[in-house]
Amino acid sequence: MTETLAETPQPEAAVRTGVFRRLLKNPLGLTALIILGIVVLTGIFGPVIAPFDPNKADLVNALAGPGTDGHLLGTDSAGRDVFSRLLVGAQSTLLAAALAAVVALLIGLPTGLLAGYFGGKFDSVASWCTNVLMSLPAIIILLAASAALGRSVWISMTVFGVLMSPGMFRLTRTSVQAVRNELYVDAARVAGLSTASIIGKHILFVVRAPLIIQTSIVCGIAIAIQAALEFLGLGDPLTPTWGVMLNEGFINIYGSPILAVWPGLAISLTVGSFVVLGNALRDALEDAPKFKRTKPIQLTPPRTESVQAVDLAAADHLLSVSRLGVGYPQQGGATKVVVADVSFHVDRGEVLGIVGESGSGKSQTAFSILGLLPDEAEILGGSISFDGIPLVSAGGNRLSQGRLSELRGKRIAYIPQEPMSNLDPNFTIGYQLVRPLTRVLGLSKAEATARALELLTIVGITNPQRTFDAYPHEVSGGMAQRVLIAGAVSCNPDLLIADEPTTALDVTVQAEVLDLLRDLQARFNMGVVLVTHNFGVVADLCDRVVVMQNGRVVESGDVRTILRAPREQYTRTLLGAMLEGKTPMSTLTVTEPAPVFDAPVKVGL
Amino acid sequence: MVSFIVRRLISGVVVLFVVSSLTFFMLYFSATSVARNILGESATQAQVHLKEIELGLDQPLFSRYFDWLGGALSGNFGVSWFNSQPVVESIVGRLPTTLSIVLVTIVIAAVLATLFGVAAAVRRGWVDRLLQIVSIGASAIPQFVVAIVLVTVFAIGLQLLPATGYVPLTDNVGGWLASITLPIIALAIGAVASTAQQVRSAVITVLSRDYVRTLRSRGLAPREILFRHVLRGAAPAGLTVLSLQFIGMLGGVVVLEQIFALPGLGFLALQSTTQGDMPVLMGVVVYIVIIVVVVNLLVDLAVGWLNPKARVS
Amino acid sequence: MNASTSDQTGPGGLLRVDNLIVEYPGTGFRAKPFRALDDVSIHIGAGKTLGLVGESGSGKTTLGRALLGLAPVSGGTIRFDNEDISQASRSKRRALSRDLQVVFQDPYTSLNPSMTVGDILSEPLTVQGKSRSDARRRVREVLDQVGLPQDAIGRMPREFSGGQRQRVAIARALALSPKLIVCDEPVSALDLTTQARVLDLFLQIQRDTGVSYLFVSHDLDVVRHISHRVAVMYRGEIVEQGPAGQVTTTPEHPYTQRLLLASPVPDPDRQEQRRDNRRRLLDEQRAHDIQAGVAA
Repeated sequence: MTETLAETPQPEAAVRTGVFRRLLKNPLGLTALIILGIVVLTGIFGPVIAPFDPNKADLVNALAGPGTDGHLLGTDSAGRDVFSRLLVGAQSTLLAAALAAVVALLIGLPTGLLAGYFGGKFDSVASWCTNVLMSLPAIIILLAASAALGRSVWISMTVFGVLMSPGMFRLTRTSVQAVRNELYVDAARVAGLSTASIIGKHILFVVRAPLIIQTSIVCGIAIAIQAALEFLGLGDPLTPTWGVMLNEGFINIYGSPILAVWPGLAISLTVGSFVVLGNALRDALEDAPKFKRTKPIQLTPPRTESVQAVDLAAADHLLSVSRLGVGYPQQGGATKVVVADVSFHVDRGEVLGIVGESGSGKSQTAFSILGLLPDEAEILGGSISFDGIPLVSAGGNRLSQGRLSELRGKRIAYIPQEPMSNLDPNFTIGYQLVRPLTRVLGLSKAEATARALELLTIVGITNPQRTFDAYPHEVSGGMAQRVLIAGAVSCNPDLLIADEPTTALDVTVQAEVLDLLRDLQARFNMGVVLVTHNFGVVADLCDRVVVMQNGRVVESGDVRTILRAPREQYTRTLLGAMLEGKTPMSTLTVTEPAPVFDAPVKVGL
Repeated sequence: MVSFIVRRLISGVVVLFVVSSLTFFMLYFSATSVARNILGESATQAQVHLKEIELGLDQPLFSRYFDWLGGALSGNFGVSWFNSQPVVESIVGRLPTTLSIVLVTIVIAAVLATLFGVAAAVRRGWVDRLLQIVSIGASAIPQFVVAIVLVTVFAIGLQLLPATGYVPLTDNVGGWLASITLPIIALAIGAVASTAQQVRSAVITVLSRDYVRTLRSRGLAPREILFRHVLRGAAPAGLTVLSLQFIGMLGGVVVLEQIFALPGLGFLALQSTTQGDMPVLMGVVVYIVIIVVVVNLLVDLAVGWLNPKARVS
Repeated sequence: MNASTSDQTGPGGLLRVDNLIVEYPGTGFRAKPFRALDDVSIHIGAGKTLGLVGESGSGKTTLGRALLGLAPVSGGTIRFDNEDISQASRSKRRALSRDLQVVFQDPYTSLNPSMTVGDILSEPLTVQGKSRSDARRRVREVLDQVGLPQDAIGRMPREFSGGQRQRVAIARALALSPKLIVCDEPVSALDLTTQARVLDLFLQIQRDTGVSYLFVSHDLDVVRHISHRVAVMYRGEIVEQGPAGQVTTTPEHPYTQRLLLASPVPDPDRQEQRRDNRRRLLDEQRAHDIQAGVAA
């Protein structure tokens, strides 16, 4: 977290127009907007521009084909003009959809806000009602409603709006719950803002976008449902609507199938446009660019030429990383380099610390060795070799997953940072320990169980059987980290990669885990790569240290040399920022540098 | 786990009770001119009055409600106002038609949606884009329009499958299959599309979890991680969507049974609605809510089995 | 708590918390309420800093939130400026916010991502009824004070790095010239070098304005550096409090002793020594506990 501007400034207004522009750029979204525009215009002007009275029967001219006697789309079985009926039908269709959406919003939004913001009893009751409403098949309820309350599109759309309100309610409630515990809402409460202004100023904003999307989708469904009801004969037979027309067409499907085509097309296009618009809106909001960096660090990363010469030297070391570069291809052809020209080695039984601040590329380096970089990542150059086995494929820009899969979980192991999120919550701890032992190391299930219990004892868990049977959410963070360490060392690895293994833990637990790591390292004579930002942890465990900044190695050497007499200014700055041994309340930084807005952007994820 | 099941069961019974009571009052409160509807315009006032007494319409609403509730609790939903057939009898006779369509569709939807959703999440790239476009298209066209197109093309045009009618499974397996194929396709298209979307996003979410990376570091094969850990993590989301799809289908069959002239529960629901046959409509609603409650219970149990944390809350 | 009475800032101190109890309703039917704070007493004098140190779940954050009215007080008193604020109403809180402010831990979620820095900083001012132009003028002053450029006003929080965002949060707290700022782990999400700069800023502001801090942290080194007095929390209780130097270098309570020796120092040989001391301490405490158990 260096004090530099991470992104180029971009005013909020630009972001919003950006959403609309992205919507227009999306061909599906644009088409949907155009179709809906036409439908809305038809809804407004349809009755005026219709060439015939939509209800005027003319039995002589019944079922006339398209084009006869000025009937653009022909006539139906009563001789009424299909085109005019189609134009007039748009209005009631749109109004009915709007009614359903408004009812759904009027019920869902306020209740969702209240339930999400205040929680408590109201939330439980409202959520229960929502669950009930959601478990009712809409059409069945609409049938019952029309049997009881009469056949009117307005009644059925009001009822349908009620049935759709749970969607709005849930959306609002989850959005509100997500922000109500955000610290900026707490800050507003501390500032003494009233609940109403907190909701108006800080919360409603968050709900807006998802509700617009949902409204579009509800409109689409409402039109489909409304047409379905009219198709079933539950509409008002005197109003020309698309559903009634479709019914009429279906009755004559053998004689004049073309009659069903026009209303079918009108319904499908309108419903489809609403649904597509909703999806396109969602995409436009989600694809909001993550603010392009002002300048990419390096467009053309250096390729390593003399890899073979380095590999010869590598043979003596357990792990040898030479001139490694890792990058992420960006839109527009540039590559964001997160690791550049990094070289180091680890010997058997040696602990190497990689130290750096966030964005220094230390974790990316560790994941490269494991072959667990995200799929988008590219190896830009250099080599990694483990016990003489090259891990970067001959082509150069990918890790050799074939060779790595022979090593991972057998000779190379990994301890992650966050203990809780690194255990699968759906399986017992025992299962997660036993499974790799049987699948990867080929132990029998009984052997694996015995070994897992033994490992749990080794990592200092006092009641191994209980932990073995427990699910991850039933143990503490410190315990979970011990379990992960047990899993890592279960294969007797030659090399252990530990990525900030104690950062998420309390200090007293950290001390215990460090003790454990030291014991295990000595016991199995492992080479260890320890990634950390904490010089105390380095001092506790490491033999040698690599200091990284902005994806590059700043300096490396013996732990005592680096900590006591660093050569590089950056290392001195880092050590100088440590509080241990400083006079309390003294100024820590020599001069307070004014934040520089055009400083080079930071590297890293 | 036992208390989890008991709580869900009680909640289901409460839902059933509340919904059926509300429906009862809504339907019977407005059922005023039924007797005349049944007898027709030519009937005398006296005849109408006699019919009203016969139907119990002269009784106060609450006493009729308790009569109905008492009957319902012992499995007796009364008789149809129009043909005097016991409600339970006509519903049970029509259940197999509706259930064959809905259950087969849900199984097909589950299998296809999992296949497509997982493929799109794991392969990404063009597979993913194809699924996105196809599923938006599929969910954009109303079900009954799809059904009409299917009838027109495959039954009337190509004459490959029957346009209307139902053949019970017990009569003739081939005929049964032929009679439900088109309705199932019409129902399944939308269901597969939206469920596949959910499966896709759930799988993508789980794939990005830290523990997946850790499992890879333990040397487990990608296939094992995908099928054991990722799918299990994604399954609750998929199941929830499927149960909502199932509920939607129970409504959707009303239209489909009309288009394909299938004598199912939906057909009965529509018929009793147009006639104003309250006992039958009431029975249909109760049966459908029972089905929904049972399905939701099964889904809750499945989610609880898959996800140990859900059992606690 | 034994040593605490000797170094009181006197009854006229700015903040005085006595026997505070905070309980959260239990989850589930007829569950016992969860007691987050049990009989907690602290006091802070004007212009002084009380460091509050403890591990996760110790209740240190809850204490800060209780002062701010963000946690339910079920017993005890909080006296601020000689006034009991333990059950203050929303309007009372609004008046109180002039003198009592907060800086939260996470600079990413403590600023509304959809508001400009200018709007974020003027929110507390306009709530107090300040005019728009007065508010703008004050915003410029506090931006200067925290070392941010004037053009930050029109920018969005996401345009700033973590350290800069924390400066914005500090500026928001300073806007009303409060007497006490509750700082809830304000540097623990920051990198080491950024942390050093932000700590310097906190100290500079205190020298310039005479503001008091309740400085909550899990890091004993941070607390030692910034505090006049230190209180140590463990499982919802304060186990030890006193002058910063004494509590953080020669603690009396066994838990504080464990905490001190658990924190590693950046030198291999000194760390090895600390490790041995810690092991010895743990053995002694264990032996002591066993003895106590036998005696009981």
